[in-house]
Amino acid sequence: MTVMAFNEALREALHEEMARDESVFVMGEDVITHGGPYKVTDGVAEKFPGRIFETPIAEAGIVGLGVGAAMAGMNPVIEIMYLDFITCAMDEVVNQAAKMRYMTGGQASVPMVVRLPCGVGRLLAAQHSQIMESWFMHVPGLQVVVPSTPADGKGLLKTAIRSPDPVMFFEYKRTYTHKGEVPEGEYLIPFGKADVKREGEDVTVIAIGPMVQKSLEAAVLLEDEGYDIEIVDPRTLSPLDTETICESVRKTGRVVVCGEDSSFAGSVSEIAAMIAESCFSDLKAPIVRVGSPHVPMPFSAELVKHVVPEAANVVSAVNRVMS
Amino acid sequence: MSLTQEKCLKMYTDMWRIRLFEEEANRQTNLGNVVGTLHMYCGEEAVAVGVCANLRDDDYVLGTHRSHGHCIAKGAQSDKMMAELFGKATGTCRGKGGSMHVADFSLNMLGANGIVGAGIGPTTGTALASKIRGTDQVSVCFFGDGAAARGTFHEAIAMGSLWQLPVVYVCENNGYQQWVPRKNVAVVDSVADMAGSYSIPGVSVNGQDAIEVYEVIAEAVARARSGGGPSLIEARTYRFYGHSLGDEQQYRTEEEVEERKRNADPINILRDFMTERNWLTSADDDQVQQRAGDEITRAAKFAEESPWPEMGEVGTDVLFDAKEVA
Repeated sequence: MTVMAFNEALREALHEEMARDESVFVMGEDVITHGGPYKVTDGVAEKFPGRIFETPIAEAGIVGLGVGAAMAGMNPVIEIMYLDFITCAMDEVVNQAAKMRYMTGGQASVPMVVRLPCGVGRLLAAQHSQIMESWFMHVPGLQVVVPSTPADGKGLLKTAIRSPDPVMFFEYKRTYTHKGEVPEGEYLIPFGKADVKREGEDVTVIAIGPMVQKSLEAAVLLEDEGYDIEIVDPRTLSPLDTETICESVRKTGRVVVCGEDSSFAGSVSEIAAMIAESCFSDLKAPIVRVGSPHVPMPFSAELVKHVVPEAANVVSAVNRVMS
Repeated sequence: MSLTQEKCLKMYTDMWRIRLFEEEANRQTNLGNVVGTLHMYCGEEAVAVGVCANLRDDDYVLGTHRSHGHCIAKGAQSDKMMAELFGKATGTCRGKGGSMHVADFSLNMLGANGIVGAGIGPTTGTALASKIRGTDQVSVCFFGDGAAARGTFHEAIAMGSLWQLPVVYVCENNGYQQWVPRKNVAVVDSVADMAGSYSIPGVSVNGQDAIEVYEVIAEAVARARSGGGPSLIEARTYRFYGHSLGDEQQYRTEEEVEERKRNADPINILRDFMTERNWLTSADDDQVQQRAGDEITRAAKFAEESPWPEMGEVGTDVLFDAKEVA
């Protein structure tokens, strides 16, 4: 185990996979200069010359090239500088990458990873802070991956690069500097396998991305109130590990689902609906969702406080399901 | 690749195979066997055969919504293609793609595409793959003149040129963007003129003349294969049918269509070229048409007699499943 930051863990995964497989290559805006906007691609140009492409500002082109290269047997790892910009390449993601295997009756494979730095970071307002996990969960043929810790970041990115199908890989910008222990060398986390980040008896808190850390903080505060909460991190939203989630729900009978994105038609809503459908008779209280209100991300720091959910929101949600 | 009698005969034969395939598919829609829609390639055959006659089996081709001709010219089997149009289990895509998604990956024909301009990026991507791997495979992208209005055209060609990728961009300018004449919606008449913006060669050819297409593409393919980078070729062509099934074609006159069929049928143009050189006797011609006709009749029969996909097929091929492959 080595302690490293989230972006360092991703970089380690990328370097290891590029050393392992010559078909892995990197493409994106500013990915060489200064080691990339988030330093995830740092060192790739020196270590793997000819396998990293700094592109013009052309997201549809970048992802389109990625689809073609992947169909020709390569494994592109694409960085979209801000997730918000993926909207410029929605045809390439939704109509091309996601549909190719199906439309061709299984002939096509699109082993492409699209890395999506997302969520609020520095205060950059409504076009540089979005999350939109549920947009991609809704599209069959895509896999949606949301690591919450450096270790998960490494293990999930390595699996993503080896996956024969397209992966939308969400990296919350504010977690890039979070540190944690990361296993050395070969460390792979399978998709569709949730992780119980904290065991507890009273309430199941399903937490996505940065809400895992915030829920862990909330758990400490809730201990003082006498509540023992269990935290389940789905890690991949598609495929979704319904089994692990339902197992926890059956144990506690009370559920809070937390994400940073708007909960309206959001990733938390799909999980809440799935639980309501599968575990209704186990529930002792209505399910509560924690997410941002259905508004664009404002600029002012004072306003942002009312949008991004924090540990306190988890605490009050747990109090609601316990009351 | 030099032009030989054998090569001409192959192009001539493939033009007939395409023409008859399309006409049979059209007939099958009237019988209710081919459903959905159909974008017929009749009139444009010289482009597909003139391009593909320059390609190796391992070269990549991506197409458009009007791609039956590209598939046949690249070597796809007409019986499996017809079965795909019927939605049968024996289709090239096991009935999951239909007319707009016919593909044969065994020939590196990576598919037709239902979204205008969507193949240009991926074809630049297959060329990037060849460059990274150091192979001398060439990638060819077919697209219509309507696609030249899309951002994907500019974004992809800019990168193709930036990295000097082995790709040939082939614009089939048939003068109409669905129901709208190009001149009503585009200021630049020749798509080839747009090549200058990316510092690549741009050439406009008579797309009704397979020989002219063949020779211009030969040069572009040779350039791409030897590391000289991309080219943009505009083939000025004409579609004999409407955009798709049920098109009332109020945007053009019957006289215009009849005039083009009389004076610019690519099959007639190549036949004249070969006849002048004594490369095609009238008996040869009869035989070519007979064989192509028999093949397409067999294809329709195969499609008709093939089974429907099993219900379980609905949920397969969404993601890779090791169990399915094993």
